[in-house]
Amino acid sequence: MSFLDELGRYLSSANNREQLLTTVAEHCYLALVPLVLGVVLAIGIGWLTRTRQSLRGVVLVLGNLVYTVPSLALFVVIPSIIGTKILDSINVVVALTLYTAALLLRPVLDALDAVPSHVVASATAMGYRPARRFFTVELPLAVPVLAAGVRVASVSNISLVSVGALIGVGGLGVLFTDGFQREYFSPIVIGIVLTLLLALVVDMLLVLLRRVLTPWDRAAAPVKVQVTA
Amino acid sequence: MITEIVNWFSDSANWQGPDGVPTRLLEHLGYVALALVIAAAIAIPVGLFVGHTGSGGLLLVGAGNAVRALPTLGLVTFLFLLFTDSTVAAIIGLIVLAVPPILAGTYAGLQAVDRYVVDAAVGVGMRGWQRLWQVEVPISLPLVIGGVRNAVLQLVATAAVAAYVGLGGLGRFLLDGLAILDYGEVAAGAVLTALLAIVLDVLLATAQRVLTPRGVRLAQADVRGGTKEVAA
Repeated sequence: MSFLDELGRYLSSANNREQLLTTVAEHCYLALVPLVLGVVLAIGIGWLTRTRQSLRGVVLVLGNLVYTVPSLALFVVIPSIIGTKILDSINVVVALTLYTAALLLRPVLDALDAVPSHVVASATAMGYRPARRFFTVELPLAVPVLAAGVRVASVSNISLVSVGALIGVGGLGVLFTDGFQREYFSPIVIGIVLTLLLALVVDMLLVLLRRVLTPWDRAAAPVKVQVTA
Repeated sequence: MITEIVNWFSDSANWQGPDGVPTRLLEHLGYVALALVIAAAIAIPVGLFVGHTGSGGLLLVGAGNAVRALPTLGLVTFLFLLFTDSTVAAIIGLIVLAVPPILAGTYAGLQAVDRYVVDAAVGVGMRGWQRLWQVEVPISLPLVIGGVRNAVLQLVATAAVAAYVGLGGLGRFLLDGLAILDYGEVAAGAVLTALLAIVLDVLLATAQRVLTPRGVRLAQADVRGGTKEVAA
């Protein structure tokens, strides 16, 4: 009961509510911008390397390596590599972009490999040039596999942003350092709940986006229902 | 930056006493090992049970996803306020984060066992336990170790973050260096943490290869060869 009182008191302060809104907005920015950049980067690398076997191996090993580096270590090392200030939010954006791209490389390559070769051949026969074929035929068909990877990356980004609070840029993570310093449960609990909610909402949006991007799956769905019924 | 790191590493004061590299490295390894053993003792039996009987799989996958979204810093600070002891709080936090990947790996491993193989095991008269230990566990071992690999990466990273609530280990170099803006110390801590993660991952990858039964390796090679033929 006393904890609920504490929570109520925390939320009744207009100052705190305002702080919550700005931290949620910052958290979205820090998690979602790298998600978009990482997807673009992974697709770009996938496009360049999918037909070159040796390059592909090198890129996959590099991706694995990046993904192995602990988040806090990556956050503090990036400024000295790209020359930014240590408290700059760009560091978190760059680090999470790298993680997203590293995580998505394999799904992108697998998804592109899974496009049936006769579909690609038909597109070529209809006069599609490689670039147009890639963006209008191969990439859309790769969306279902890619979407699964993007969902994992979005959850992982949203949870990792908070670690940035240790270098002064952390969205909702600031609530954790704040609660720790003042030995105060409310901001920590609110921070955890908001992070989980944010992850859930973004995940649902991604599921929706996947559906919009793959209308042919929906067309096939009623048939499947009839078969199982 | 390189000179700062080299200077830091070549200073003999950084290699001795309770703040020295060997002590901090061993501390970090100790937390990771302790949390890993406890997490595996919880996750592997549960994963085997769920995978073998096939009940509760959906619940398990959902819970695993929820924990993946849990912010590590939030969990660690929350547990610290609850237990007011940094080591206890950090170890519990580490266990909570290490259980889901091992559970997911074990469950996925058993799910990946071909139904026909299990049928054949029943056909030759194997009982439940024999089927589990002699057929399902060896075949799923690569995926189980894959889960352990994910857990170890998570543990090394989170143990560094837990330095914030006062845990020892390599995270100390990162945070203490940041506090006094000693960039050499911060970068050295980052390099050590990253190296530890990479070395442990390579060791586990080797274990994954060595412990994969010969039959499973042959089957995988067969599948790979098969897809290559189709693609060609």
